Amino acid sequence: MGKKVAIFRIEHFNSAHRLFNADWDDEKNMEIFGKCALPNYHGHNYELVVKIIGEPDAKTGYVMDLKKLSDLVKEKIIERFDHKNLNLDTREFKNLNPTAENIAIVIYEILRPHIPKEKDLQIRLYETPRNFVEYPVD
Amino acid sequence: MVYLTRIEHFNAAHKLYNPNWSKEKNHEVFGKCANENWHGHNFELYVTIKGEPDPETGFIFDAKKLGELVNEKVIEKLDHRNLNIDVDFMQGKLCSIENLVTGIWKELEPHLPPPVQLHCLKLVETAKIFVEYYGGK
Repeated sequence: MGKKVAIFRIEHFNSAHRLFNADWDDEKNMEIFGKCALPNYHGHNYELVVKIIGEPDAKTGYVMDLKKLSDLVKEKIIERFDHKNLNLDTREFKNLNPTAENIAIVIYEILRPHIPKEKDLQIRLYETPRNFVEYPVD
Repeated sequence: MVYLTRIEHFNAAHKLYNPNWSKEKNHEVFGKCANENWHGHNFELYVTIKGEPDPETGFIFDAKKLGELVNEKVIEKLDHRNLNIDVDFMQGKLCSIENLVTGIWKELEPHLPPPVQLHCLKLVETAKIFVEYYGGK
């Protein structure tokens, strides 16, 4: 059994969104989501922490090249979500409420096929400095 | 003279867009900030007042009351709003943080009880971008 190490890369994206369930009327949406349901959107500076767990490669000493991980996250996630309206501009949230929980799951599912199978991937997403989520959890 | 700063937050959508220009020109000047469907930020507002501590309370102004005043006069208008559409004092203005900070000053300053003076507003848009305004021209 080798020694597992976790590595982390932090990236950012700034997006608009609103929380809204199309099956409910405006009154019910306001009751459940409060001001997050306001119709003209609001926004956040999202901070994305991508965590990769694995054994350092015998030849490079890397779990994964952090520059390559950064390029991957920028290409697959940041270009897709940065300076966008998550509800209007992204296909991922056309029919999915863009809560921090759902955004983290979506990011995981986009990145997972691009990370070597033997490495574990975990997403931590900060919506504000005080609200953040993690996926997956044990 | 002592300076006291209160920090408050608001989360809002906006876009940088000049309606007198074409879509192409807006994208040329404002880049991705001109995205028509908005983007957003977690804004931080630093409100700094100045004055002499009151001999009986030791306060320039009660920091909790300053927080309540900032929330009532400014944050409630901005938080979870679209700055271009929803905010009365930004109507007809370009929605840059430069214009936003001067607008906030005009909203807040008249409500500070003399002799408390507003010294500086610092408005942080991202970890790398902020503006400061000291009033006047």
